[in-house]
Amino acid sequence: MLSLLILLPLVGAAFVLWSGNAATARWTALVITLVELALGIALWAGFDTGTAAFQYVEKLDLFAPYFSWHLGIDGIALMLIVLSVFLMPLCILASWTSIEKRVPEYMAAFLLMETLMLGVFAAKDLFLFYVFFEGGLIPMYLIIGIWGGGRRIYASYKFFLYTLLGSVLMLLAMLYMVGVAGTTDIAALTAYDFSAEAQTWLWLAFFASFAVKMPMWPVHTWLPDAHVEAPTAGSVILAGVLLKLGGYGFIRFSLPMFPEGSAQFLPLMFGLSVVAVIYASLVALVQSDMKKLIAYSSVAHMAFVTAGLFTFNRQGIEGGILMMLSHGLISGALFLCVGVVYDRLHTREIARYGGLADNMPKYALLFLLFTMASVGLPATSGFVSEFLVLTGTYAISTWLATGMTIGIILGAAYMLYLYARVIYGKSAGADAAAMPDLNAREIGILVAAAIPVLWMGIYPHSFLAPLHAPVGAILARVERAAPPSQTIRIGAPVAAPAAPAAAAH
Amino acid sequence: MIQLLVFLPLAAALIAGLGNRLIGNLPAKLVTTAALFVSAALSWTIFLDIGLAHGAGYSVRVLEWIVSGDMRVDWAFRVDTLTAVMLVVITSVSALVHLYSWGYMDEDPDQPRFFAYLSLFTFAMLMLVTADNLVQMFFGWEGVGLASYLLIGFWYKKPSANAAAIKAFVVNRVGDFGFSLGIFATFVVFGTVQLTPILAGSAAMAGATFNFLGAQFDVMTTLCLLLFVGAMGKSAQLGLHTWLPDAMEGPTPVSALIHAATMVTAGVFMVVRLSPMFEAAPDALTVVTYVGAATALFAATVACVQTDIKRVIAYSTCSQLGYMFFAAGSGAFGAAMFHLFTHAFFKALLFLGAGAVIHSMHHEQDMRFYGGLRKSIPITFAAMTIGTLSLTGFFFTSGYYSKDGILEAAFANGSEASMVAFFVGALVALLTSFYSWRLVFLTFFGEARWGASEHVQHALHHDHGHDTEDTTDSDHAHHASAPAGTGGYHPHESPWTMLAPLVVLSIGALAAGFVFHEAFIGAEGGTVFWNGSAVFREPLAEAMHHVPAWVVWTPGAVMLIGFAIAYWAYMASPTLPARFVAGNRGLYAFLTHKWFFDELYNAIFVKPAFAFGRLFWRGDGRVIDRFGADGAAALVSASSGAAKRFQSGAVYAYALVMLIGLAAAATWVLRPALLG
Repeated sequence: MLSLLILLPLVGAAFVLWSGNAATARWTALVITLVELALGIALWAGFDTGTAAFQYVEKLDLFAPYFSWHLGIDGIALMLIVLSVFLMPLCILASWTSIEKRVPEYMAAFLLMETLMLGVFAAKDLFLFYVFFEGGLIPMYLIIGIWGGGRRIYASYKFFLYTLLGSVLMLLAMLYMVGVAGTTDIAALTAYDFSAEAQTWLWLAFFASFAVKMPMWPVHTWLPDAHVEAPTAGSVILAGVLLKLGGYGFIRFSLPMFPEGSAQFLPLMFGLSVVAVIYASLVALVQSDMKKLIAYSSVAHMAFVTAGLFTFNRQGIEGGILMMLSHGLISGALFLCVGVVYDRLHTREIARYGGLADNMPKYALLFLLFTMASVGLPATSGFVSEFLVLTGTYAISTWLATGMTIGIILGAAYMLYLYARVIYGKSAGADAAAMPDLNAREIGILVAAAIPVLWMGIYPHSFLAPLHAPVGAILARVERAAPPSQTIRIGAPVAAPAAPAAAAH
Repeated sequence: MIQLLVFLPLAAALIAGLGNRLIGNLPAKLVTTAALFVSAALSWTIFLDIGLAHGAGYSVRVLEWIVSGDMRVDWAFRVDTLTAVMLVVITSVSALVHLYSWGYMDEDPDQPRFFAYLSLFTFAMLMLVTADNLVQMFFGWEGVGLASYLLIGFWYKKPSANAAAIKAFVVNRVGDFGFSLGIFATFVVFGTVQLTPILAGSAAMAGATFNFLGAQFDVMTTLCLLLFVGAMGKSAQLGLHTWLPDAMEGPTPVSALIHAATMVTAGVFMVVRLSPMFEAAPDALTVVTYVGAATALFAATVACVQTDIKRVIAYSTCSQLGYMFFAAGSGAFGAAMFHLFTHAFFKALLFLGAGAVIHSMHHEQDMRFYGGLRKSIPITFAAMTIGTLSLTGFFFTSGYYSKDGILEAAFANGSEASMVAFFVGALVALLTSFYSWRLVFLTFFGEARWGASEHVQHALHHDHGHDTEDTTDSDHAHHASAPAGTGGYHPHESPWTMLAPLVVLSIGALAAGFVFHEAFIGAEGGTVFWNGSAVFREPLAEAMHHVPAWVVWTPGAVMLIGFAIAYWAYMASPTLPARFVAGNRGLYAFLTHKWFFDELYNAIFVKPAFAFGRLFWRGDGRVIDRFGADGAAALVSASSGAAKRFQSGAVYAYALVMLIGLAAAATWVLRPALLG
């Protein structure tokens, strides 16, 4: 079933390229991604949430024991797969009219990317993972480089340089691991205990790759450029799924394979996370380009993920994963919102808009919903994930929690400032005032994105249930390296007035 | 029943908001208003059952919310006396404000949206007060913040309204920052966010210490102070008060409902709801007392120099919230709730009365352009007078019982903080009486001054707009024949939809104190009434009856003095204020600039935030990129001149690197085979 899930888009991509017809390409891509969505839901429905074991396992030995077509998912991978297959049809629909040149190639690139992304989450073989992990970036380059904006070459080049170094280091680390442990099976590697010294270097090598993908401060500067130059759907996938690869890597590799290494670098992770939240939020505050603003907000939100994952407690890790899902939906939806007005006016300049509440009330409402979700208003997915992450961080460090919580103040400031400039106030020009409200296709896309945002906010159980068991397994694995949690001293020596109060009750 | 009560406004909000232009004005107004009246009826039933008939409290679990390890949060409702009091206040005022808005918003083109927001607010507020755990309380807390944001910015074309809306939300977020940390810390300490075990376990936790930001602190004091920061934000206490006056940009019914009767009292409610926690943290109570007293004083002084009718009432609200807090800080939680209860009636009355004045003055809000209105709008005048009597604590009105109760409790508590609060409170009572009567005298007495008002001029020209352009001549003639100062404009009394709520609230402002004071703050009645839903210190309530006579008489005396000064300055000798201002320029500037809080915050928070944002942004390009990607590119370019080829072929180069890498990997792992 996983093989079908992964290979179907590849077949679709080949068919689309072969047909060479724009309309056929659109419809084929839509049908394939919808079938993928159905398959994803079927996986979810048939998933046993009670166990941390990998499910739907398939294995085909190719170059045993060093490379095999080995697939399987746990709850974490499942949720990220569901997120990916959910966003893909939205991307195809968002590109329906806005992409006019080389449509078959474009659709083929998206389908190819779907194959590679799903492969990353489903791979159980280390090198298979590597192929998918690095390969996924190629269609993204193409999408930015061919269908992107004016500075697309610069953007894709920057992306390239950043990723290169990390990939090489990660590959070296993988080679060493396979050499030492003698297996490429991820589950077996997870159970293997590397020496503490080796863990330090391995952790750093993986960190180099994942930190860029996250992206963490200060290697985040490729992200705003890539987002700005990418077409709308490219931004959605970039923010929605590609940014999750780094977080997934931290969960799948860094934490369970190198518990001591992770514990050793906690100050680094936490320090970079706090800096990223405050730094990126302040930068977002002064942006005049909508996409850049949302890109910087992504950097801030991803910092919640990195902080949460390394709290070594359940709330933090589950919150971090939930934040990945939630951010995928919310920032994806925000980019879709930008795409809606970009398609009409062909500018991302905030100052060229204003007063859209007048002529686009439906748009104003949906944009408000996603803005509030991004701000972390309770009953949206943003809140549940942020809340769990912060609860987790508080338990491990009050400094960290305090620093991260400042992010919720700044987050409100930059998002509401954006919203007010675009939606409220007076219209910036006759062209902005003349823009028509959402059409049926756009309403469909945004409402579809809104439903899981609210669902995850009101009844997150559906999304948390598959996470409990695998997160429990990770916790069991890292427990031996976990730093001490908060301690409370009852009846401290100075507590003179406490005695009568306690006695009275 | 409680589910119906809470969700009815939500359903109505969704119908009105999503239906909007599809269903039109009348259905939207009908469905929201009807839903609120039903909710109000249900609330009174619960209040009678649980509050007055001493029925048992209960809680209802609706749905699981967040479960992650030990963190278990449900959507659940908690119903007890404290909740019932809040339910009555919220739904009653909300229902009346809905009705009032039929008249007030009659000419607005966007009515369904307005009513949807009002109902949405009510829903969020109900969720807040029925919360059975801290997280759901936070949900309501942020939900009312959202509704407040939307309603302050309702007239979204006004830049000032947008700025005020953002300010309200962001300043509240500062409070929420403390509230959130408080929740996290509570969870770490108690292992739960459910109210029942936390409140039950608080006393045992007194005196325990834990590490917070690198130092050992008393657990309960830290928790309470963190949570109190949230209360300060929502209830506009000194330091986090700056958003409330600006919030007056919203339509007046909003000010009455959200920024007087309900949302801003959420902080007081929170402290009372968590009163067992605060009881275990005497230092936190001291802080609450001082903050409350300082806010009461600050806001009252600023209210004395405001010229915008709504801003006077806004600062008055801020000041009265200060009373409630120092009552709570003095351990008189019942008195705090009692003042919250009566204040909801008389302050909503004052705001809605002010709205009626503004309505009849064609949106003129500056009292300098009022005067002599008592003859034109007698019913509004009567309502405003009743509201003022109650606010100033005139004998046997609602405010008399609740405010005197607070001052007596502060005195009876006897701690240093409470004694300070008592004397400050007495001074503030004098100021309250002064600025309230100043408002009444400026608005309803003296000569008409509205001829110079731009709004009124606009109204006049609008009325004559259908004439030809040279109507200016006839206008002048018209002016000349009209009484001096009116400019020929005749204020009109508001429609019944606006007057009926005024009448109902007037009854509340007059009678609520007399009817309920025994239940809320009586020594015996209180224990039975509160029934464990909040801490009720019976000895303190007893001691309130035995304070010296001068304490009992002080509030009444200062109220009369304040009235006398206002009469002297604005009726008997109207030139006095100008002369006083001329003689005290520094003081006047200090007060009109609201103690320079906005200027200070701008200088130390807002401007630096933007400056740092720009700095970091430049840093991204000039530092990180220069030494990172761009630097590498330059290096490549300088050394080999191949950068261009490199760029255009990035994809292929990348694929190549990956293939080489894979080949290397294969070689490495297959090494034994190859060598063998």
